[in-house]
Amino acid sequence: MPLVKGGKIVEDSFVKLDVDAPLPAAGDILVPGDRFLKDAAALLARPGKVGVIWPNNRDIDELVPYLGKLAAVALVFPTFRDGRAYSQSRLLRERHDYRGELRATGQVLRDQFVFMLRAGFDSFEVKKQADAEAFTQTVKRYSVFYQPTGDGRITALHRRMQLRHSEGVGT
Amino acid sequence: MYAYDEIDRTLVNERVSEFRDQVKRRLSGELTEDEFKILRLQNGVYLQLHAYMFRVAIPYGTLSSEQLRRLAHIARRYDRGYGHFTTRQNIQFNWIKLAELPDALADLAEVGIHAMQTSGNNMRNVTSDQWAGVAPGEIEDPRIWSELLRQHTTLHPEFSFLPRKFKIAITASDHDRAAIKIHDIGLRLVKNEKGETGFEVLVGGGLGRTPFIAKTIKHFVHGRDILSYVEAILRVYNQYGRRDNIYKARIKILVHELGIEKFSREVEDEWQHIRNSSLQIDDSVIEDIRSRFTYPAYEKLPHMPDELRQAAADPEFEAWRKNSVAPHKVQGYSIVTISLKPTGGPPGDATAEQMDALADLAEKYSFGEIRVGHEQNLALPHVAKRDLPALWKALDKLGLATPNVNLITDIIACPGLDYCSLANARSIPIAQELTRRFANHELANLIGRLHINISGCINACGHHHVGHIGILGVEKNGEEVYQITIGGRADESAALGTLIGPGVKFDEVADVIEDVVEAYLALRERPEELFIDTVKRLGVEPFKERVYATR
Repeated sequence: MPLVKGGKIVEDSFVKLDVDAPLPAAGDILVPGDRFLKDAAALLARPGKVGVIWPNNRDIDELVPYLGKLAAVALVFPTFRDGRAYSQSRLLRERHDYRGELRATGQVLRDQFVFMLRAGFDSFEVKKQADAEAFTQTVKRYSVFYQPTGDGRITALHRRMQLRHSEGVGT
Repeated sequence: MYAYDEIDRTLVNERVSEFRDQVKRRLSGELTEDEFKILRLQNGVYLQLHAYMFRVAIPYGTLSSEQLRRLAHIARRYDRGYGHFTTRQNIQFNWIKLAELPDALADLAEVGIHAMQTSGNNMRNVTSDQWAGVAPGEIEDPRIWSELLRQHTTLHPEFSFLPRKFKIAITASDHDRAAIKIHDIGLRLVKNEKGETGFEVLVGGGLGRTPFIAKTIKHFVHGRDILSYVEAILRVYNQYGRRDNIYKARIKILVHELGIEKFSREVEDEWQHIRNSSLQIDDSVIEDIRSRFTYPAYEKLPHMPDELRQAAADPEFEAWRKNSVAPHKVQGYSIVTISLKPTGGPPGDATAEQMDALADLAEKYSFGEIRVGHEQNLALPHVAKRDLPALWKALDKLGLATPNVNLITDIIACPGLDYCSLANARSIPIAQELTRRFANHELANLIGRLHINISGCINACGHHHVGHIGILGVEKNGEEVYQITIGGRADESAALGTLIGPGVKFDEVADVIEDVVEAYLALRERPEELFIDTVKRLGVEPFKERVYATR
């Protein structure tokens, strides 16, 4: 499954560990949330970056105390119909000021890219190679956004205000 | 009328391009049907019994003549020459080809119409009072706020994949014509003691197999906070709404399971985090939206023009005027409801020719504006009273002057088994038969206000729970069987109807309804007591006895 980061297809530096896989001596690891919470101190003390795979039905608040030490948080879309992780990602970015890698995993298709970027994701485990290759093109689909989110894109409402002032109308 | 600016136009065009690409990928096999399904639903495309069905949004029920003509064009060019107005200010086309859908959307985009989020598990078309902006006594025009919410809910990056569909309706009148109490969020525009605009917020209404009337979650949310408050409700719902069972996934179930107190505490907590954010709207934003609504330059006209006085001698005109014409906030003007319920016709259908002709009439007599109501009728919102006789003649020629608005033949019905892949039973033929039984307008007037709502399955698209008489089609041992309820209503006193007895067969439905009506005529205290009030006073028992005594 190709990983898109910074708009490009890249090698994944993280190794995913499931619940009981042996811990490698070094290297970057992505660990399920449960395993991480049970053993956070030891995992964070070893050499290599640590990321957490956080399920979409668990309160993100439990992860908050560790955010400063995490290199990545991977949120899950079990199917692309299930949109819970959009709320989790916005909370991580906008409320908890998380600045590390925020990865979308699961059924990630090109038609979600714009939503995901707007919600704060910056890396994507894309299901289909063709979708990963189309990333740059796809994220340019929209130039107008009605809602403010943490991605800083200017909203339609504010763009209108700017246009009005620059044209000197409505004064 | 709200006029799109370059920003709105750009977004709709970008959406059309995206959908064109998605259809192309589906036709080439790059997208599976399972993947494509979600994408097409987000653009209002269902796969029905015979063909794709295409649902187009008419936000808060306002259309220009140009837009209505374009809908006629869609019906003619891509469909079979007619369209069907729904209970949520949408229009549906039933015979559209997938490969042509992007072109149809592009044609609509040229006049500022879209089909975004008219289906799928997202925030649906924001609906409002079809008399918004013209009803006497209205607090202020709710369409300004509806448009604000339309924009905010369009392609929302967090709430486009909700547990289930999500519907918002807004009213600004004491008499609720927008049925806000059967919506996921109902907003009632109110003023606080300082005279500031805000909303009473209701949540958790909905019909379907587990119907609930919405409950008030907050008595006053200031207008500047309405986006953050709605966002807080949605965020709680997106995270905690059930996704394990489609029938328990609406917000009404979450509200019911948590209880309104706990649910409102969750929302309040969330809201406190986000209310002082960029979601807060200042007056200039509202004023900007308001400035893009154009209002007619009304003339100073007499209350009772000569034309109207003279036409009063014509009993047919008078029957129509008394039935279909309502007071306007400006003296000398009227609101005219246009019945799409002719005797023997499918409720809510209009032909391309009727739409074109109505667009012309709206230009001539209603400042180029048409409204669409949830009762599946249209309205001309600004008709000078002096023009009423001429308008009536023109409407009559088009078959659009049936004087049955709010009467027993003004039936709300879903498409039912004639079109819908979910239906268990036919709805339209039941409605057609009832309009024939009660075709005598004198009889219908004698009966008075009475709403019959028909759904062809438990999903309740025909709002049967809130019909004064509700008819629900189900399937039993391979046969269509209809359950009949009475006492429901969708207005400010919204209530769910009560079953009056065992289900009846297709052929017997009209007989039973006649018996219910006869029982009412015998039971009412005086002619002015409406059906719904008699049911409220006496309960269902006396009806049950009379209707089922001989069965």
